[in-house]
Amino acid sequence: MSYSVTESSSMVKWVAGTLVILYAVITLVPLAWILMTGLKTPPDSISYPPKVLFEPSLEGYVNLFTTRTRVSKETLAALPPPTNFAHEIVRNRGMVIVGPSKFGQRFMNSVIIGFGSTFLSIFLGTLAAYAFSRFKIPMADDLLFFILSTRMMPPIAVAIPIFLMYRNLGLSDTHLGMILLYTAVNISLAVWLLKGFIDEIPREYEEAALIDGYTRFQAFYKVVLPQAATGIASTAIFCLIFSWNEYAFAVLLTSGTAQTAPPFIPTIIGVGGLDWPAVAAGATIFLIPVMVFTIMLRKHLLRGITFGAVRK
Amino acid sequence: MSEKTVDRVAGATPVLLARKIKGLSDRAIAWIFVGPTIFLLLAVNIFPLIWTVNLSFTNFKANRINRVVDYVGFSNYERILNDPDVWLSMQATAHFLFWTIFFQVLIGFTLAWLINKKFKGNDVWTTIIVLPMMLSPAVVGNFWTFLYQPQIGLFNYVIGFLSGKDASSFEMLGSVDLAPWSIVIVDTWMWTPFVMLICLAGLRSIPDYIYEAAEVDRASKLRQFFTITIPMVLPFLMLAVLFRGIENFKMFDLVVQLTGGGPGSTTELASIHLKREAFEKWRTGYSSAIAIILFVTVFGLASIYVKALNKVKER
Repeated sequence: MSYSVTESSSMVKWVAGTLVILYAVITLVPLAWILMTGLKTPPDSISYPPKVLFEPSLEGYVNLFTTRTRVSKETLAALPPPTNFAHEIVRNRGMVIVGPSKFGQRFMNSVIIGFGSTFLSIFLGTLAAYAFSRFKIPMADDLLFFILSTRMMPPIAVAIPIFLMYRNLGLSDTHLGMILLYTAVNISLAVWLLKGFIDEIPREYEEAALIDGYTRFQAFYKVVLPQAATGIASTAIFCLIFSWNEYAFAVLLTSGTAQTAPPFIPTIIGVGGLDWPAVAAGATIFLIPVMVFTIMLRKHLLRGITFGAVRK
Repeated sequence: MSEKTVDRVAGATPVLLARKIKGLSDRAIAWIFVGPTIFLLLAVNIFPLIWTVNLSFTNFKANRINRVVDYVGFSNYERILNDPDVWLSMQATAHFLFWTIFFQVLIGFTLAWLINKKFKGNDVWTTIIVLPMMLSPAVVGNFWTFLYQPQIGLFNYVIGFLSGKDASSFEMLGSVDLAPWSIVIVDTWMWTPFVMLICLAGLRSIPDYIYEAAEVDRASKLRQFFTITIPMVLPFLMLAVLFRGIENFKMFDLVVQLTGGGPGSTTELASIHLKREAFEKWRTGYSSAIAIILFVTVFGLASIYVKALNKVKER
């Protein structure tokens, strides 16, 4: 075996690996605790000392999706036997299910607004990125800086006039209003990332297509788009994650119809305070898609979080 | 070399082709493609910004639309500069910025350096470490308030267990001394991976032959670290710091969920202070002026950021 100065010794590797794994395990504890709390009963969730081993229960999930009301023992005894586990869990607490909670609807709002704004940002962003990449646009650098600078504004600073503007236009608390707003925030990321991806596609392909008689549009969607598919997909996931996680605009501009899950989850109240298992169950359902996406994105992660500045 | 030829050919061809191809000219297509994006940004970002500037010179209150609005000149700005609450929020922001960046750089760089030792399975662990920063700060921040509960919270329990103190003897979020640190801890937990990833890219960009040459010159490992590793990673590190600086200057969702700016106003960062002025006290004109001051500050940071970004790209 030849000696290499840049290859670390196995001892160094072992120590480095141990330390990194130790950090990873510690950093995962809060996330694991969310998952575990979601599977606890309310008394288990607030026991002292905190319970690591417990009997799993779906009470948190049942509470998350239902609204319940307390009934007297006589009424409870007079009811027909519970038809499924959810009714049984709730009745064991001396309550009955009276209907679905708002969580399902808030979650769907997150899906609708997330996908809507992602689609729109990718559509507009791809067009703009292609133009910036391939055509001579006057003051292109200034325009690109302008596009990026819109991302630097603190959301609260723009929220005041947007709040007033939306009130006048009737866009407050509507899906359309939130989709437009998130698109405007995401588009800077979309343009910058996609420009990088399109820059990497050799121009000769299009030039060849143009010589063969394609129009610019045809060359764009028949030659460039298929080549940029991976870049477009990862940019789309970044936009989706942003819209999914966004809180500041959501909490200030929505309250009912178009409220997304992030402002809703912290307000899930149980009997005598926050219902932590239900909050944790909501958080679990809400966070898992993003974790899956992060693992899918891992190769383009660095590029996405630095707006394409670092490409590895 | 071949790349330059390609560029030259590519640069030369479209002009010739533009006349031959049917349909719209390239210039028209360029504007059709860029136009909608610019329009959207003008409508949703620039128009509101101009409106904010306008509001900042008035005594408008958004919860009383029918009240007569007066133009008050620069008096909102004058009041801000003399407002002790604004200065307190700036101090809280500075504390938060300094310590989050300090810890994130320290831990992030160390982790990247360890991962770069290329132990088996390092890519899997890197992906795992990255998870917290991709999650919703509001949802995660809300759950951290549970971990910080004095009696039942896991964080307090662990700290109590390790230090021998009673877990219910300290309140991370409720005490004036500890609250500013509790938000630093959660932000560091969440965003250290960001600094780590960028540092890792920096470390991986250093070609092996530089170390080999240093070895031939018999430079010690320590010396190699300070004369090769640090200078080569520095531009990346600066980029990471600028990103975190801008993001944490705007910080809202995580801290609003954790402390809501309290206790009192000890963790009332700039954005939270602005939110309270604008949407709780409804001093729209006054808070618009604060918004403009914040925006100008961030815009200055952004300009520096773009310059640094270009420097990193040049390498």
